[in-house]
Amino acid sequence: MSFSSAGYQLLPVLPELVLAVGAMALLMLGAYRGEGTTKIVTTLAVVLLVVTGALELMLPAGKLTTFGGSFIVDDFARFLKVLAIVGSAVTLILSTEFLSDPSRRIFEYSILVLLSTLGMMVLISAADLIMLYLGLELMSLALYVVAASNRDNAKSTEAGLKYFVLGALSSGMLLYGASLIYGFTGTVDFAGIAAAVKTGSVGIVFGLVFLLAGLCFKVSAVPFHMWTPDVYEGAPTPVTAFFASAPKVAALAVFTRVTLTAFPGIVPQWQQILVFVAIASMALGSFAAIGQRNIKRLMAYSSIGHMGFALVGLASGTVEGAQGVLVYIAIYVAMTLGSFAVILTMKRNGHAMEQISDFAGLSRTNPMLGFFFAMLLFSLAGIPPLAGFFAKWYVFVAAIKAGLFTLAVIGVLTSVVGAFYYLTIIKVMYFDEPAGQVEPMRIELRTVLAVAGIFNIFFFVYPGPLVSVATAAAKSLF
Amino acid sequence: MTTWPILSVVTFLPVIGALAIYITRGDDEAARRNARWIALWTTLVTFAVSLILVWRFDAANPDFQFVEKANWLASGITYHMGVDGISLPFVILTTALMPFCIIASWKSVTNRVREYMMAFLLLETLMVGTFSALDLVLFYLFFEGGLIPMFLIIGVWGGPRRVYASFKFFLYTLLGSVLMLLAIMALYWNAGTTDIPTLMHTAVPRSLQTWAWLAFFASFAVKMPMWPVHTWLPDAHVEAPTAGSVILAAILLKMGGYGFLRFSLPMFPLASQDFAPLIFSLSVIAIVYTSLVALMQEDIKKLIAYSSVAHMGFVTMGIFAGTTQGVAGGVFQMVSHGIVSGALFLCVGIVYDRMHTREIVAYGGLVNRMPLYALVFMVFTMANVGLPGTSGFVGEFMTLLGTFKVSIPTATFATLGVILSAAYALWLYRKVVFGALTKPSLASIKDLTFRESLTLFPLVALTILFGVYPKPVLDMSAASVQQLVNNYNAAVTAVKAAALVAQ
Repeated sequence: MSFSSAGYQLLPVLPELVLAVGAMALLMLGAYRGEGTTKIVTTLAVVLLVVTGALELMLPAGKLTTFGGSFIVDDFARFLKVLAIVGSAVTLILSTEFLSDPSRRIFEYSILVLLSTLGMMVLISAADLIMLYLGLELMSLALYVVAASNRDNAKSTEAGLKYFVLGALSSGMLLYGASLIYGFTGTVDFAGIAAAVKTGSVGIVFGLVFLLAGLCFKVSAVPFHMWTPDVYEGAPTPVTAFFASAPKVAALAVFTRVTLTAFPGIVPQWQQILVFVAIASMALGSFAAIGQRNIKRLMAYSSIGHMGFALVGLASGTVEGAQGVLVYIAIYVAMTLGSFAVILTMKRNGHAMEQISDFAGLSRTNPMLGFFFAMLLFSLAGIPPLAGFFAKWYVFVAAIKAGLFTLAVIGVLTSVVGAFYYLTIIKVMYFDEPAGQVEPMRIELRTVLAVAGIFNIFFFVYPGPLVSVATAAAKSLF
Repeated sequence: MTTWPILSVVTFLPVIGALAIYITRGDDEAARRNARWIALWTTLVTFAVSLILVWRFDAANPDFQFVEKANWLASGITYHMGVDGISLPFVILTTALMPFCIIASWKSVTNRVREYMMAFLLLETLMVGTFSALDLVLFYLFFEGGLIPMFLIIGVWGGPRRVYASFKFFLYTLLGSVLMLLAIMALYWNAGTTDIPTLMHTAVPRSLQTWAWLAFFASFAVKMPMWPVHTWLPDAHVEAPTAGSVILAAILLKMGGYGFLRFSLPMFPLASQDFAPLIFSLSVIAIVYTSLVALMQEDIKKLIAYSSVAHMGFVTMGIFAGTTQGVAGGVFQMVSHGIVSGALFLCVGIVYDRMHTREIVAYGGLVNRMPLYALVFMVFTMANVGLPGTSGFVGEFMTLLGTFKVSIPTATFATLGVILSAAYALWLYRKVVFGALTKPSLASIKDLTFRESLTLFPLVALTILFGVYPKPVLDMSAASVQQLVNNYNAAVTAVKAAALVAQ
């Protein structure tokens, strides 16, 4: 390890530095000027995220490393960081109404989202186990607090506590796995581990299992999914939208990077774990969602299922698989944020409606809203020609190439089961009699929904750009 | 010859119509009237443009014509369109029937007219696209995309059990199709492309042929539908609005048969040969069993739905016979059934609009008050039976002839179906049309209006024209069918010869 200036240049971490300093400045602003600053802090936070994203894109092309090789900026990191930043920024936009309530003027909310995003960026760029843990904890600690941000609500507090306890447990498992891997390879560096691990000795596989268990918790993959429905339901809806988007991007990113760059020598060993996790997540996500009455719980199971589909791509362990994961997560984020814009709109007389039956007749009381939501749901179900179909196409085509036929067949069959519950919501909106008017849609929600909806519907016309960026990003891992 | 992308224009013109309807805001009478007229004009113009395809089509050329190609997804997955003698009849059938569907919905659909017309126009785009796509992924896009508008058409404008019917339709079809999607992926890695003309000339390893054939079969057998996966069809037909039933019977079912012709036979000839006995058995069961089931129906639409399953049995039997007569007969039977079953559902729709029931027992003696209707209904009933002189006869006769060369028992049992179809169709006709008009509810029923005549008489003319002069359809497809059969036989004999040499 060299301590030369070349190994410690700060250019690759410039976006992170800007974000960190900016977040602290906003904290000072909020702390000294009081709660009246919530609105300005939120606005500035969005601006800060945009600046960070732009800086990320302006970094010199190619692979940059710093901090002795533990922090890496490649096409893969750029793609996912921008995606995570978009997810966070849109979440802040979606939170405007939540924060405008006089009882909830908490400027810390935006700052916590910023710090969590900082954690995600570190996580995405992590090239050794220490950096991975730092990023993961920074992201998670902020998330625990955000989950409980509706301080007077028992469910929200419960969600935060539950998330914290289970999250701490999973961090423990991850650390234990990391220590085992360090013990057996003598290094925490991903490239070093890859060089040391050529065969799957018991110790390495043991460590790998614990490491993957910790990561599965973060992507809410079965069997580490139990927290998801409760936290999704209990947390305030904008926070749920946040949980469902940006942290998933970061967690999948680190999942992909760890498996493909640190353990390429023992693909069969982690492949079987991922095959199991993917099948279990897809199946549970599909079947358990059928019985749900609460739309947020349903979205929780939906996201469990979608993480299963994304892991199908990763399980193939190839460039195509990594590309599939990237396309999947990008389209998934768009679909999820659009759906949550709809869920946030569902208010009657100032009360949020979270039951699926509340959507009855939406296509008649508010045709545009109904239409876009229906298209998002068809897309989530993976029906062509909508974007969700292409997401599934890329992960399954990778699985077929890798010869994982059983996984692919089970995967597409569960997607049919999944289609059932999405259709149920469409049925409620289109076939049932209206259950009354909803409040007019706020402008920021309208914008988010329109962008997400149009992206979903017209993705098939010109899919080239996203696919080629994802291909380049996937190739940078190999 | 100009080089404008005529096929894409035919495919996407309805979308433009749908957008035009979308722009007309409001839900008053004027908006509804506008929606109806825009939809009618769009479908008429689309039909007119599609006639240019017929005009310029070179029937002697067995290859794809009006080919368009553009970069799309990735290497090997392109936007590739084109028609040959097998797909062109279906494109024309689709564009020709759409105006009838719009006219048939003129008065019977009164709520959410704009959405209804938009759904139909989008469906037309997806159907035409299915028949003219020359890339498997593009095909799948159109094929599956059609589920969305049809799901809404059944679910929003359907009958009392519409929710059940629409879910069953959607999930059944999706379940079959996702397996086909995996086979498409396997073919993609095998050949490096999903280009259909390329894949037709790529040898597929035997084991992959078997699995891919089964996966495609899962999708097309459901769509066709073949016994025993036909159960979604009666439900969907009964609950769908009249025009929805027409489209379902006339076009959507044909996608299954078209798929067998376009993919199973040319791409997996060996597997097709291996599985031909399975297809024959299922076809014969479909023909005999569903005809018997049809005899027991109390609902007119359900009876016609079961008769569709039986008639599609002739199609699958003819296609997998692999003979020129069988395949050509299969194509003809599909076109004929498209016209006849579509017309029969229109006939049911006409009495349903008046009486709001489809129970057979609710009718009787209609000939006394509706002579014109009785005449039209008779022509289509006879065509459904397969009476010589109607288009139904030509298709059934040719498929039986083609199958006879390959499997005499299959042809023999299938012929039973002709008798049974006469039994249920004539029974239905007697119950509904003949007899004394005793039911008080029918005492004031009116004969066909001008609008209804407009939808039915052109179809009567076509049914009889193709019955006595089937040459236009047969000529259009002859060269492509011949090439398909030749390639199929060549592939099968090559393997047999190789097996002999190996011994």
